[in-house]
Order: sequence, then structure tokens, then C-alpha cells
Amino acid sequence: MSSIPILKSREAQIHTKGEKPFDMTCGKHSVAGSVSQRACVFCGSRVVLYPIADALHLIHGPIGCAAYTWDIRGALSSGPQLHRLSFSTDLRERDVIFGGEKKLEAALDELIDHYKPKAAFVYSTCIVGIIGDDVAAVCRKIEAKKGIPVLPVHSEGFKGTKKDGYKAACDALFKLVGKGSTEGVSPISINILGEFNIGGEAWLIKEYYERMGVQVVSVMTGDGRVDQIGKSHGAALNVVQCSGALTFLAEMMKEEYGTPYIRVSYIGIDDMAKSLYDVAARFPDNPEIMERTRKIVREEVEAILPELNEIRKDLEGKKAAIYVGGAFKAFSLIKALNYLGMKVVLVGSQTGNKEDYKTLQEMCDDGTIILDDANPLELSKYIIEKDADLFIGGVKERPIAFKMGIGFCDHNHERKIPLAGFRGMLAFAREVHTSVTSPVWQFCPARLGNKEK
Amino acid sequence: MLLRHTPTEIKERKALTVNPAKTCQPIGAMYASLGIHGCLPHSHGSQGCYAYHRSALTRHFKEPVAAATSAFTEGASVFGGQANLLQSIDNIFTVYNPDVIAVHTTCLSETIGDDIPQIVAKARADGKAPAGKYIIHANTPSYVGSHVTGYSNMVKAMVDYFSTSTGAKTKAVNLIPGFVEPSDMAEIQRIAEVMGVPYIMFPDTSKVLNGPLTGKYKMFPDGGTTIEDLHMTGDSKGTIALGRTCTMAAARALDSKCKVPCEILDLPIGLQGTDEFVDKLRLMAGVNVPDVLNLERGQLVDCISDWHQYLYGKRVGVVGDPDQVLALTRFLVSLDMKPVHIVSGSPAGKKYVKALEEVVADIGEEVNIKVPGDMLLFHQWIKNDPVDLIIGNTYCKYIAKDEDIPFVRHGFPIYDRMGHSYFSTMGYRGAMRLMEQILGVLMDRQDRDATDITMELVM
Repeated sequence: MSSIPILKSREAQIHTKGEKPFDMTCGKHSVAGSVSQRACVFCGSRVVLYPIADALHLIHGPIGCAAYTWDIRGALSSGPQLHRLSFSTDLRERDVIFGGEKKLEAALDELIDHYKPKAAFVYSTCIVGIIGDDVAAVCRKIEAKKGIPVLPVHSEGFKGTKKDGYKAACDALFKLVGKGSTEGVSPISINILGEFNIGGEAWLIKEYYERMGVQVVSVMTGDGRVDQIGKSHGAALNVVQCSGALTFLAEMMKEEYGTPYIRVSYIGIDDMAKSLYDVAARFPDNPEIMERTRKIVREEVEAILPELNEIRKDLEGKKAAIYVGGAFKAFSLIKALNYLGMKVVLVGSQTGNKEDYKTLQEMCDDGTIILDDANPLELSKYIIEKDADLFIGGVKERPIAFKMGIGFCDHNHERKIPLAGFRGMLAFAREVHTSVTSPVWQFCPARLGNKEK
Repeated sequence: MLLRHTPTEIKERKALTVNPAKTCQPIGAMYASLGIHGCLPHSHGSQGCYAYHRSALTRHFKEPVAAATSAFTEGASVFGGQANLLQSIDNIFTVYNPDVIAVHTTCLSETIGDDIPQIVAKARADGKAPAGKYIIHANTPSYVGSHVTGYSNMVKAMVDYFSTSTGAKTKAVNLIPGFVEPSDMAEIQRIAEVMGVPYIMFPDTSKVLNGPLTGKYKMFPDGGTTIEDLHMTGDSKGTIALGRTCTMAAARALDSKCKVPCEILDLPIGLQGTDEFVDKLRLMAGVNVPDVLNLERGQLVDCISDWHQYLYGKRVGVVGDPDQVLALTRFLVSLDMKPVHIVSGSPAGKKYVKALEEVVADIGEEVNIKVPGDMLLFHQWIKNDPVDLIIGNTYCKYIAKDEDIPFVRHGFPIYDRMGHSYFSTMGYRGAMRLMEQILGVLMDRQDRDATDITMELVM
């Protein structure tokens, strides 16, 4: 494992802090032939819109795109479960030759009659972009016939990166914004953007804001509802989490409705508290909000601190590697891990931009490996070299970590419990602790050998 | 009630698949490719395809799955993917250095009309494919067939590209498994070994997707059929192909290309299925069935007799891939159970449906069969006419929970339990494991529903 060839064209996407002037190349399309951990435009759109539970999500294309995205994300709904079913036009060879518009129309017709959704999203997949179905026209026709919003999502897989998929999803969402009445929307109100309610996280966050006395008009899109999105333009502020996913929508709403937005993160104690304080500061005429916020933070932190301190004793000095989708999450994770006494030795993302990487570089110690759009060989090489004890990543990274005898925490689709919020920080600490200190690693000879050296 | 939206009334749906019991060709091709030693599967299409396939396989096997992509852009989909594939080949051999690249196409590259052999020839001419390295390909358009078709196409590609006939026959028998678990492939090999039959199995994902923890990440694990063995398949004395929809194409191709005669059988699930396999293997190799296999067979028959009163008359819903569904149904009927709702998500042809109908002809009940069907229909049938047991992949858990029906996981994908990649359900021993699973859930149910008065200690 000592040396692996790194492609020339990849060199500018891998940096060791302190070695040479920092200039990360990023945001570019993956090199053909790479074993990248990234996905496509469709994937980006699907993850953003998926949690809207009372909408119909119809995937227009061959069966695969619908099959692979069938209920794989734990975006929880407190009501309808329509989003957890899988609907596909299942395009076949003759549809590819003669076009799939008729099939799409028939499918929408049937589905809307049966499931009575509040809105329908129609996702275009690669093939639809090639055969040239006029999805927008079919959507307009059905919308007129059924009287619900039927929204085309221009998510053809090849038309860019996952980020472009976020954009396509935001374009579709934006068409829902403003459809409803803002009656009953308080001047002290927010929308929570970029929180998908994986493991019920949105519920935690929403509760904090409500305890502060701030009305949450909509969550986009965790436990999402079409009607809430429809009146979201009435909110006083958009609170945006995650690097890129919903920033596009926040920008559009700012332009159209003048809704200001702030960027926050709910991961780790500091960032979580800041997300609450930043919102409270937006309502200076109501000082009681800030007062309540201080109280909430104090109570919540006090409740988790004793156990966190216990956990910290075992984790002090351990080393962590982070490879996540958005770089913004990495910022919070670095802080959260530092809080637990851990040192971050590698950090990378699939979709970070230049500024993100600059921030990452400033946050890290010398010698930390920083990479954009990494492949498994690069990840495993540096993780072994840096002797990490923990790897934080997604579904494809988990078995790689375990093969190397290293603890793992899924901070992506497959987290089962809330890792955001104050209580989420404790859950995160417990999960990290469980995995890093697992007795199983003592049976991993190579890892032991590495430690003894 | 997660599936509260499922209507009881069944309507003919033409334009729509709800809750699919299949997925697309490329993932089958990727899985088959992983059964070649030192092979990097390559997806010629958008980046999302291979990311989804890798994630799905990883969720099922809990193992790293390496594959590469042509990472199509808008430009590639207008001007064709030649440049992407050429660059891919160059990069893959430079960085990952596999022995073989197994290219499969996608709906995108198929519709654009990329000619893979022509592009590969150009790569060779340009010196981008080093000597001694192989590039094979299969056309796997997502809008034709399903994942089992993709598997079949890639296995056939192995014959097309590798099998050669030197004119001198060996004593080896080729064993071609369908889209089954690594544990199943290992069990089939074990049976050949205890019978003393030299064999070449291809593809072979055992020790690839059920490997050990070694402390190292290996992009190319130890298992997989070697290139040398793949070449030699053309000299084998015969081929036994297990599971028609997945293996017939390869077995026939090998027969016509290298004159290796083939026997195409159902998957060796259950007593008769395994008997047929063992018998054909015995005849082809000219060996006797060893005592150890007779013992296993006897144990299986013993188990069936010991427990038959708990199996008798139980009504079952079976959903899965065509080869598994057929073989399972046959086994269930032999256990005196009644498979009454049967769905294969994948299209499998009229002959297949006829075979399935023959298997259930005498169970004394009307049987619902739909090929291809989906899980919505399967659920509707169960709602209208409940069963005692469901057998299918993980997605059946919704139905099992909503309808409160005992459930045994079998097939692909299984995202939520361990065991399938380590413990086979094929062969005599596998049949015993399957029985253990079936009896386990049935009797847990009996215990759960028993009153204090009817609770039985000895069963």
C-alpha cells in the first residue's frame, strides 16, 4: 500500500497542508475512468425532493433509476409515506424508439387518480434527455387536467454533477413556493432549508426554534409537505443548511420575495448553538427570543456534557478521516471531532468549491491530507499512512474502513439516529466511541502490526 | 402501515411499474464482472449508474465494490462516448492496473450508439491497452430485460472473449452459476470437489464479495475466475449451466464456439434440483457419487420427514428473479407447501411461465403467476388472498409487516440481514438451511400466537 500511482490530472485535487501553496482544483467533472465516489444529476435531485412525503415522485426512464432510489434514505415522515414507494415508467426498447411521452401521460393519469397527491414531481433520466420526450409539455397537460402542480425535474444524469441536480430540484421547488396563502404566518418565522430529516433530525431542530418562539413555516424538504412549501415565501428568514443543496432556492427566494437567508450547520455543539443564536439575532425587537435561546442552549448542553466528557476520555488523541458529500458538513465534523479530543488527519468532499477548501485548509493542522473527489485507493492509502482510527463517510466507504480494521460512522444516507442537534451530538459521540473502541479491532492483525511499528 | 396506499382492487397497469421486483441490466453485468479475478468493471455511461450499482452491491454484500465509469457529460452524449472510453482505458490501466476491464453499456451509451469493440480497437491501436491486458464488453441496455439479462450478457462475453479451444480436451467440467450468492458458488464448487470432479467455475464471486477482514483494502480481492481458467473453458469436456435465464446464453455460445457440450439445468435449490445437478455432473465427469454427498442427501430427506407436518399445506407467496423463483417453487411443492402467488420482476419468456405452471399444476389451488410483475401486484394478491409465508428480497419486509406474515429473505437485494453471502441455500445442505429458515419463521409465529393453554414446548 506504500505507493499508488496518482493520475497527473488528479494531482491538483489532493493536497497535504503545509507542503506547498494551497490551490485546490475542484468543481470539475470527474476524470473518465476514475473510481470516483460521486453520483449524477438525477441523484442530486432525488435526494433533495425525496422527503416531500405527500407528493408523487415518478421516475421517467428505465427501471434502474427508480429501483436504486427506492427507500434507501431514511428521510422520515410523520404523516404520508407516499415518498417511500417506487414509481417508474419502466421504459422499454420500443419506448426508446417511439418516445415515452404517452406512457408518461398514462402513468401520471393513473397515479394521480389513485394516490391523490398534493403535487407530482417527474424526474427525467439520461435516456429521456436523449430521446427528447417533452416532459414539460406532458406535465403542463396533466397539471391542467388534474388541478395539482405537476413539476418536471430536469435531472438527466449526464447533464453535470450532483450539484446540478440540486439546482434542478430547487428549480422545481421554486415553482411550488408562493402557491399558497401566507395567512397565519408570523413575522417571527423561518424556513429550514437543506434539512432532510434523516433519522428525524428535522424534528429536533424544529423543536429548538419553536421553543425559542420562532414559527417554522416549512422544512425543505425533511418531513416536507407541499402546502407548507407553498406558503414558505411568507417566512421572515431562510435558514440554510448544507453546502449547496438548497442555497439555490434561497437565492431564488431572495430575488423574488426578498427573503434573506443565513447559512448554518446543526452538527456539533458550537455550530448548533450558533444556528440558534444567529436566528435569534435576526429578531432584535423581540429580546425574549434571545433570552430563551440562551436558556435552551444552556439546558441542552448541560444535559449532554457529562456523558460527552466521559466519552472524550477514551477518544482523546485518536485520529479521524472524513470523506463526505458536501464540504460544509466537513467543517462541522472537524469541530465536533476536535471537541471529542480527536485529530482530523484527512478530509475530503465530493462537491466542495474553492472557498470550501480554503476554509478546510485553515481549519486543519499541518500534514492533514485534503482531497476533492477521491477514489478508494487514494482514501485507503492515506488512511493507512496517517494511521486513522475512524473514518466518517457514506455507504460505499463503510466496508473500506472495516476492511482496514478502522472504526466507521455513517454521516450520510444510512444514519439511523439523529446526529444533528445537541442530542444528536451525543448520539454522534456514542457512535464514534462504539466504533473506535470496538473490541473487534483487536482481532485485526494488520492493524495491530501497524500500531506496534 | 407503510404500504397503506396499496389498493385491494387490481387494475391492469400498462404504463407503470410500482415497487419493482427487478432492476436494470448494468448491475448484473457488474456483478458478473466481479467474478473474474483482477477485473475492474467499467460502466460506459453517466456517473450515477455505477455509483448506484456500487452502493446497491455494497448494501447487499457489506463489501467494497470497485468499478469505474466513463463519466459522461453533455458533450459525450451529443458527440458519442468514444473520447470518454479511450481516456478511461488509459487512466484505468495507469492508475488501477487491473488484468481485465469489463465494459458494460448503459441506456445512455446504447441509445447514442457507441460501438464498444471499435473504440477498444482504437485504444489498442493507440497503445493505451498494455500487452497482456484484456478489455471485454457486453451490451447491457437498461431498457431491455433486467439485471439478470445483464448478468447473462456479461457471462456470455466471457466466453466470447476468452474461451479458446486447443483441440485437446481436458477432464474439467465448466460450471456456470446464475446470479446467485458467493456462498452458493462456493457450495456448488464444494459439491464438485467432494465428487472429485475437476472444474472451472465462471464467474466466481466467492472470496470476492464475502472476503475476510485482513487490515488492508484490496481493490482486487483474492477470488474470481482467472484468465487462464477462462481461456481453458474451451477445452473442457462439458458445461453445466445452472439457471436458464442467466447462463443459457453463455453455455450455448461455448458449445458453438468450442464444441463444449452443455447441460442447462435449474438452480440446485432443494432435493430434486440438487439431485439433477449431482446426477448430470456424475455422468459428465464419469465419477460416482461419494458417501459424503449421499449422507447429506439422506440428512435432508430425514429433516423433511421430521418436520413435514409443519410444512404441509402452508400457502406461500414467492417473488424474485426467474431462476430462483422456479427452483424455489419446485422445492416448496416438494415440501407439500402451496406457492399460490408467484411473481418474477424480470421478463423470462413463455417457456419459463409454462415450466412454472407445470410445477404448481397439482397443488390443488388456483395459482397467481405474473412474469414480469411488480411488488404492488404481489401485495395486492396477498391482501386479497393471504398466505402463511412470504419468500423474497428485503423489499418484501413492508408487505410482511403490514400484513403480519412470516417472511424469509431470499434473492437480491438483501439489505437488512446477514448470512446470505456466507451460508448457501443451494445443494442438500443449502436446502436444509432454507428449511431451517422457513420453519424458524413459521414456528416463531405459532409460538407468538399461542395462548398460555396451547403453547407447546416440544415441536
